[in-house]
Amino acid sequence: MSSLVVNNLTVSHGAIRALTNVSFEVQQGELTAVIGANGAGKTTLLRTLSGLKDAESGSATWRDRNILGKRPEDLVRRGISHVSEGKSVIPELTVRENLVIGGLWRRDKSGTEKAIKEAVELFPRLGERMSQSANTLSGGERQMLAIGRALVSRPKLLLLDEPSLGLAPLIIEQIFSAIKNLQTSMNLTVVLVEQNATSALEIADTGVILNLGELVASGNAKDLLADPALKSAYLGY
Amino acid sequence: MRQLIGTLLIGLTLGSIYSLMALALVLVWRSTRVVNFAQAGQAIVTTYIAYEIVTRTGVFWLAVLFAVVAGALLGAGVEYFLMRTLFRHVDEGPVAALAPVIATLGLLGVIKSLVGMIWGNDFRSFYPPVSTDNFVLFGETIPFSRFNILVILSTTVVMIIFSFIFQRTDLGLSLRAAAFQPEIARLAGIRVGPIRTIGWVFAGVAGAIAGVLITPNDVLSPASLDVLLVFGFVAAVIGGLESLPGAVLGGVVLGIGVSFVLNYVGTTLIFPTVFVVLLLALIFKPNGLLGSKKVRSA
Repeated sequence: MSSLVVNNLTVSHGAIRALTNVSFEVQQGELTAVIGANGAGKTTLLRTLSGLKDAESGSATWRDRNILGKRPEDLVRRGISHVSEGKSVIPELTVRENLVIGGLWRRDKSGTEKAIKEAVELFPRLGERMSQSANTLSGGERQMLAIGRALVSRPKLLLLDEPSLGLAPLIIEQIFSAIKNLQTSMNLTVVLVEQNATSALEIADTGVILNLGELVASGNAKDLLADPALKSAYLGY
Repeated sequence: MRQLIGTLLIGLTLGSIYSLMALALVLVWRSTRVVNFAQAGQAIVTTYIAYEIVTRTGVFWLAVLFAVVAGALLGAGVEYFLMRTLFRHVDEGPVAALAPVIATLGLLGVIKSLVGMIWGNDFRSFYPPVSTDNFVLFGETIPFSRFNILVILSTTVVMIIFSFIFQRTDLGLSLRAAAFQPEIARLAGIRVGPIRTIGWVFAGVAGAIAGVLITPNDVLSPASLDVLLVFGFVAAVIGGLESLPGAVLGGVVLGIGVSFVLNYVGTTLIFPTVFVVLLLALIFKPNGLLGSKKVRSA
């Protein structure tokens, strides 16, 4: 069963077209990597799916219901959590507060506490820093916190925008293995946007390759990785 | 010594009222990035409402209650009907940053003229609930009254309530999250629109209380809160414009500064002093008195 269906999606920033007729599907519980260079439209795609950006035409549905033109705060209530680009934490709040805000809308304190505990089990370093202000965290810890906050919202679909950006290789490995772990243990559907093509496709089930706003290839992640033409043209090695 | 203590006490009284106005301006700034000049206009309306209640019933606290409710409604109304409409139509470019500020300035003018049309431009007195006569201690007069004590106590209670809401409640956390990073707050599921309105409501309440507390020591006229607006704004800037404790501290520092100039120099130098204090704060503490932001970038 397809959970996320994107059909002929076109999005513009003013006069500039960011995405043109992009179509792909993501199955329930699947991890899809969206790969492409700077300016390929990856971030625009996620921002459109999470309600931060309006589409020009096309459609996108999550579990057979339209998600275009909805508010992000409403989509969170339907199980869609977006970790936006650049360590999306609130530096002025403490680590704990950053986690708590993900659960405020549910008005279920014990449920939120339980979800926070689970996030801390996944990223133990957060547990040591709960009362610290988030701006004292390193880049990797911030990324963990951002994903942790999204998890406290109890998502069914997790949209991740370049979690590896600016991080050391060892940390990237930790974050990616945590993402894979989440997908399998919580049966999460994940859309992972990455420039770090190989690492992303290695943990992904399927992949979507974007170039200048157009979809150039999609399919099984292993096949995409093995395709020599794609390798030299888009995967950059 | 007697004069020094008196000066400090007066400074504390003035400062606590400036703090309330500063708090109102900071609340609006944090929630919508608008410098709300109309805050003085909203407060003058609520103070006239309080004046009507207190002259008819003689019950000061009933007047405060009415002022607070009116302040809350006015704050919500200005945000909902004026600001939202404006943001819907101008949302890009330098105009988007400037238009709301100019709109609040315009609104201040409109409110003041309306108040002048309704209540007239003459000075009115607002009777305090307790005496404004100065205390006499060991045969000497101290420039400090029962009403001043009431002002300090009331503002302290208001500050405690505000800090409880902001630091200890889910609503306060939502307000802070929406103020610092509205986009992330929305992605976390916080309804930022209504939260912004609540920010304006709290600001309206703080401004209304500032208005009813400063007027018994002064006179009431459509323009009588203009100076409070200026001083509140300076206090907010001294405090860093982002910080609620900073606004309170900024108000107290400014109040004590103004009081010293009043008692030791004279009224003519008050505005230049405020200006100098503002400049010094901006030069030496541009992030605010409590601001020492060191953001780790790695």
